[in-house]
Amino acid sequence: MQYIDNVIFLILLVAGFGLFAKSLLKIYRNIQLGKEINRSDKKSERWETMARVAMGQSKMVKRPVAGILHLFVYVGFIIINIELIEIIVDGIFGTHRFLSSIFGHAFYSFFTATLEVLALLVIIGVVVFFIRRNFYGVKRLTMKELFGWPKHDANWILIIEFALMIAFLKMNTADWALQQRGLLPEHGSFPISSTLLGPIFSNFSDGFLFFTEKAAWWFHFVGILFFMNYLYYSKHLHIILAFPSTWFANLDKKGKFNNLESVTKEIKLMMDPNADPYAAPAEGAESDVPSKFGAEDIFDLNQVQLLNAYSCTECGRCTSVCPANITGKKLSPRLILMKTRDRLEEVGKNIDKNGKFVDDGKKLLNDYITKEELWACTTCNACTEACPILLDPLSIIFEMRRFLVMEQSAAPQELNLMMTNVENNAAPWQYNQADRLNWAND
Amino acid sequence: MDFNIKTMAEYAAEGKAPEVLFWVGCAGSFDDRAKKITKAFCKILNKIGVEFGVLGQEESCTGDPAKRAGNEFVFQMMALTNIEVLNAYEVKKIVTACPHCFNTLKNEYPSLGGHFEVVHHTQFLKTLMEEGRLKIEGGAFKGKKITFHDPCYLGRANNEYEAPRILLEKLDAELVEMKRCKTNGLCCGAGGAQMFKEPEKGNKDINIERTEEALSFEPKVIATGCPFCNTMMTDGVKHFNKNEEVAVKDIVELLAEADDL
Repeated sequence: MQYIDNVIFLILLVAGFGLFAKSLLKIYRNIQLGKEINRSDKKSERWETMARVAMGQSKMVKRPVAGILHLFVYVGFIIINIELIEIIVDGIFGTHRFLSSIFGHAFYSFFTATLEVLALLVIIGVVVFFIRRNFYGVKRLTMKELFGWPKHDANWILIIEFALMIAFLKMNTADWALQQRGLLPEHGSFPISSTLLGPIFSNFSDGFLFFTEKAAWWFHFVGILFFMNYLYYSKHLHIILAFPSTWFANLDKKGKFNNLESVTKEIKLMMDPNADPYAAPAEGAESDVPSKFGAEDIFDLNQVQLLNAYSCTECGRCTSVCPANITGKKLSPRLILMKTRDRLEEVGKNIDKNGKFVDDGKKLLNDYITKEELWACTTCNACTEACPILLDPLSIIFEMRRFLVMEQSAAPQELNLMMTNVENNAAPWQYNQADRLNWAND
Repeated sequence: MDFNIKTMAEYAAEGKAPEVLFWVGCAGSFDDRAKKITKAFCKILNKIGVEFGVLGQEESCTGDPAKRAGNEFVFQMMALTNIEVLNAYEVKKIVTACPHCFNTLKNEYPSLGGHFEVVHHTQFLKTLMEEGRLKIEGGAFKGKKITFHDPCYLGRANNEYEAPRILLEKLDAELVEMKRCKTNGLCCGAGGAQMFKEPEKGNKDINIERTEEALSFEPKVIATGCPFCNTMMTDGVKHFNKNEEVAVKDIVELLAEADDL
């Protein structure tokens, strides 16, 4: 019977990580639904970008208050995960504070003391975030588009992180108190918990302290497993996907929109006086013809755009700087990514249920993202500049506009007029090309 | 114009090639307000003796508004035609006063076979100044309050924030920055083909929001570096009935005026 703890632990561990792996595979499968895109060039620049933006948080600190608080939570989260190694070893082998046997007394004290400070910083971070989000009225965090699940999700994340850190400190305090009484061997240093919770815990009985230490340890462990599996349902996925998203980010100049190669071929053929319009296409040429121009549904978006949709943490920095949104138009870049993810999730569930995607009569366009939103975009790139993890909602807007214009001819009337003018008069206005140099003689 | 504007065809007929091709753009060619920018820029180039050619009737829209509206066909039709013309004249260097032309020529033409060195007029003038060819003196603008509105397609799209500011500083004016400037600059509302359509429903128009911000500093001049920004800001200033007190001017117009050209 003495091994029962270890067995339960192992089962939970395997189940927790197993479920998590399953979720990740599902996300991977869903992203694969998008079109392939080659973003494997400039590898060193990509690693550098990821290190700077995702690991180094370089864009987060552009808004100092949120940036620094986020840094607390981020650094705390990463380092406290080292604690997870200790928990796993202790849990499987029934050891107590396993890392102390490797680190040596002085370094283990330093290690535990660091974790304590970080845990406190995380607590401060999440408490301030909670207040900011719920009571302080930061506009981008209280917008209507976040009502419902996105708002609850955000609060759940903060509450879970808070609870995990409190459990961590409780565990340490109980341990510390028992060490003081000589009931546990002296390992580590606990500056925060001994001073904050220590005075209260000193009054507890030995038995209750042992119970508290164990209970908090288990809570912390189960909490981590739960949180890990909660990620799949949450916008908090960014803690993992921010890394690939920054790695696969668009490194070109922001003003450079992609040129469709299939169109180039057509136009070159059109302009070539020697081309025979009735000639049979060359062998294999047919496969070059795209089935569709632009994007109507998630299948037409590329895999990086779909990865972006999963990576978005809905912070709304993009929306808060969007000129269309600022002036009360329906467009919100954040919502473009959120809706793309919603649709992608819906398609994923459809595939889970039917084995393959069965037409559900819905599309990303119209059912999720409306024309009005798409046409409000000025392509100014404020959103892509603001995103702390280099997501690109503008590219989705652009691809969907392409679909509207090239597949459906559904541009606003004035734009149709402009395009006709460009086509016929080589200028967006109805002027004669022969008058182009008139200004020189005015 | 009191001097002759030469076309690339004329240069070619003489068997010569100018130092640079000035890509005028549709706004610069046809829009009455933007034509003044075109002329001011030509006056500066003429004064310091830069040999430049224009395409004139051979120039077409770069395709930018069609592209950003989503019409790849029309865009590439324009682009491939323009590239053919530019390559026929063996053009190496292009300068343009329109950030939209600048961005398209610079970033979207290369993969279609158009490889040119493309610079914005502020970049070009900055280089001329550094080479000692262009001398700028404050003149009429000494000590006056000027605020600069960053064009998205020069700034965020191509990371050029310094060239226009360096030129403005040379005017000895008091350059005040709006809160939303450089990487955080707010769009004038015309980009992405918005210039050619009514805005979607909202609380206000983007150019009003932007002009409001610029006017809050009570500047004498709102400086622009894009013909579309110029139009949008001019409309904004009119909206607030400030067109008597506040001028909206392109940087080259300011330089030309300071020099009494």
